[in-house]
Amino acid sequence: MSSSALSASTHRPLRALLVKRGTMALAPALVALIIVGAVTNEAFLLPANWITILQQSSVLALLVLAESLVLISGKFDLSLESTVGLAPMIGAWLVSDASLGGSGLLWNPFVAIAVTLLVGVVIGVINGFLIMRLRLNAFIVTLSMLILLRGITLGLTSGKTLYDLPTAFTYLGSAVWLGIPASVWISGALFAVGGGFMRYHRYGRAIYAIGGNAEAARAAGIRVERLTWVVFVVASLLSALAGLLLSGRLGAVTAQQGSNLIFTTFAAAVIGGISLNGGKGSLLGAVAGVLLLGIVTNILTLSQIASFWIDATFGAIILVAQCLNRLTGGERSQD
Amino acid sequence: MRSDSETPIPAKSAVLARNLWKRFGATQALSGVGLELQPGEIRALVGRNGAGKSTLVSLLTGLVKPDEGEIIFQGEAAPRTSEPDLWQRRVACVYQHPKIVPALSCAENLFLSECMRRRRLVSWRAMRREAHEVLEKWGVDIDVDAAAGTLSVGQRQLLEIARALMRGSRFVILDEPTARLNGKEVEHLFAHLQTLQANGVAILFISHYLEEIFSLCQTVTVLRDGQKTLDSALQDLTPEMLIEAMVGPGTRVSGASSKAAASPGSGPESTPIQARAAPPDSPADPAQLEVRDLTCRGLFEDVSFEAHAGECVGITGLVGSGKEALGEALAGLKTWNAGSVHLGTHSLPGGDVAFHNRAGIGFVPQDRHREGLVLGLSVAENATLAVTDCLGSLGFVRPSARERLATRMIQLLGIKVASPAEPVSALSGGNQQKVVLARALAREPRVLVLIQPTSGVDVASKETLLSCVRQVAAAGAAVVMISDELDELELCDRVLVIRSGHLTREFERPFSPRELVAEIEGVTL
Repeated sequence: MSSSALSASTHRPLRALLVKRGTMALAPALVALIIVGAVTNEAFLLPANWITILQQSSVLALLVLAESLVLISGKFDLSLESTVGLAPMIGAWLVSDASLGGSGLLWNPFVAIAVTLLVGVVIGVINGFLIMRLRLNAFIVTLSMLILLRGITLGLTSGKTLYDLPTAFTYLGSAVWLGIPASVWISGALFAVGGGFMRYHRYGRAIYAIGGNAEAARAAGIRVERLTWVVFVVASLLSALAGLLLSGRLGAVTAQQGSNLIFTTFAAAVIGGISLNGGKGSLLGAVAGVLLLGIVTNILTLSQIASFWIDATFGAIILVAQCLNRLTGGERSQD
Repeated sequence: MRSDSETPIPAKSAVLARNLWKRFGATQALSGVGLELQPGEIRALVGRNGAGKSTLVSLLTGLVKPDEGEIIFQGEAAPRTSEPDLWQRRVACVYQHPKIVPALSCAENLFLSECMRRRRLVSWRAMRREAHEVLEKWGVDIDVDAAAGTLSVGQRQLLEIARALMRGSRFVILDEPTARLNGKEVEHLFAHLQTLQANGVAILFISHYLEEIFSLCQTVTVLRDGQKTLDSALQDLTPEMLIEAMVGPGTRVSGASSKAAASPGSGPESTPIQARAAPPDSPADPAQLEVRDLTCRGLFEDVSFEAHAGECVGITGLVGSGKEALGEALAGLKTWNAGSVHLGTHSLPGGDVAFHNRAGIGFVPQDRHREGLVLGLSVAENATLAVTDCLGSLGFVRPSARERLATRMIQLLGIKVASPAEPVSALSGGNQQKVVLARALAREPRVLVLIQPTSGVDVASKETLLSCVRQVAAAGAAVVMISDELDELELCDRVLVIRSGHLTREFERPFSPRELVAEIEGVTL
């Protein structure tokens, strides 16, 4: 498909190409940001700084991957940010001593990791059941789950932070492989796998079809409910993994871990060209969205701008990105 | 006209439309149609699908501006289409699906636009009192406090009519009001309409049920292909003349007298299903598709028929007859309550599109935008959506394999497209429909089920689509064509008529369109 897409696009103005390819649309912005960063701060281009950017983006990247899958299938999942907190909290609670706020069960950390991921799967199954089987509204269901899961996270340790976790539990989040943090490798690899799957696997294409027109997908023999349900499960599983990596990096699980992360997640996905209406956008574009936000944060931090302004900048970036989309005739914006 | 004698002497027509023309893109929807209703007249508007009825209604209700021609209400020229408020005070149309707000009370629905216009604050007491008065005046027995959503379909229609009359309109259009009513509700509606008639309200009544038209209306206008073919008092007409005006003179299918057609006046189920006279396959051949006593409660019942290899079977009936549901059941979109569907020796489960598709059923759904296409995806992806399992190993789709298959389908169906990667949304309606057919044919089905495959498609694409269907049948597949277009039914070897969920009669080719339409409409000639 790619070869003919290129040959077809040579007939078209550059604008159409940019609109069509979510990734390309952000390339000029990324280049501009890198120039700005290099000019304003000499430390910006150092490899160590780039590793910092990547590491700080890796957790967000996993969440964006998860949310992108759900958005492409035409649904919504707000509860991901609470899964980021609850899943590793349960894992940490199982391995921690009672004196530190844990359960005192002192489970094997590897089992605890498995339980952490399993918590993600269970949350996804519940979301999928409520939304696809009971046909409840995805926004309300996942908003309720967001609140409920956060409440459980707080209640489990009475709001305490669990620290002093076993090395095995924090390994993935803190290890460095070949000079690059393991979490970056993991996020990168999962994005590569996810991108290839969505582009070249029949179920990946089916998810695009479901998001584009669920009725047409059903009439073409795609099992819409089942597949969307699986997407919810995968998204929650990825969030649990993101939570594990985050706890590993920080060496602790706070009861507020992941709080408010869902806004940044949506921001990155939308900036990266994932349509909130479903069926449109590429994971490569979503990566570009994550990188863009990561670089902006980095530049602002290096320039020692107060962190309050970072939030304001994010909001402004989303609005500007959407306006540009509309002005360039982008079909990706909401209609 | 009968109503002439009843109207006051300075007879100003309730509505007078002259020489209306309307073109949408390539289709000339209306060509010089005129219409006149006197106060207290009930006129029927009749025509087959696509004859221009809905265009005429849109023009008469001010939704669409005519290219040419004029509309006059009670001697005054019609307002401009930019002023829906003024139109609402002159004419109202009650559609099949009532336009009310279900969660609000009847009183609120009555005054919805009024209280927006007149008052700053809503006086609930005054509104309820006035609503009560309005309903009483027009003889509608409904509780003003009931939520409109809890009313029956018939009551909602009466509420809508009352709302129109309250706004001052003395001309009401009813668009197939009886399609969703039971016998008693129809009687009630008709009694109500006759009261309105006595009060000088003019009513344009659209229906497919000719018997109703003869019992209710005094005059009739018949449209065919955007032109008026008949305008007369009903008492001078027979059902046969009406159908002739709808279908057109002469015999469009060669040799119009067939065995089935030679038994006029026969009731339902009078023509036994006969063996084909000279089938290409020997009668001993098992049927490609065998449907036995298939029942989908509330949609169709005890439907049995067969389709042989190389045969094209048409299924036709009115809107709501269950023909679309039958097609969807065959495709696996619906489950059934009883009966069986066999494809060769395989038994099909129902409710599993993927299984049916793999077993050998190709399906062209009714509405290409709703069920046929994913508009954001490319032509290649849409064409291969149902066969992604055959385009690579381990479930991966090889782009080259997809492109090869898509290119073959594009050539086969003559789809006009720059490249298979082009988004399907960029195509014309006809070419989009070809993509839907390509999707249905991608697995080389043994049975092809089509629902209204050429609706809203230009003439050239229609020809291509139908000739392709013919080729598929000639290549040995069985075709089930669910349609109410004569052009589509003409290519069928047999046509089964379904009415209220039951197969009533079978026509063998060549059949007479008039006989067929009479059977569809449920009148005896």
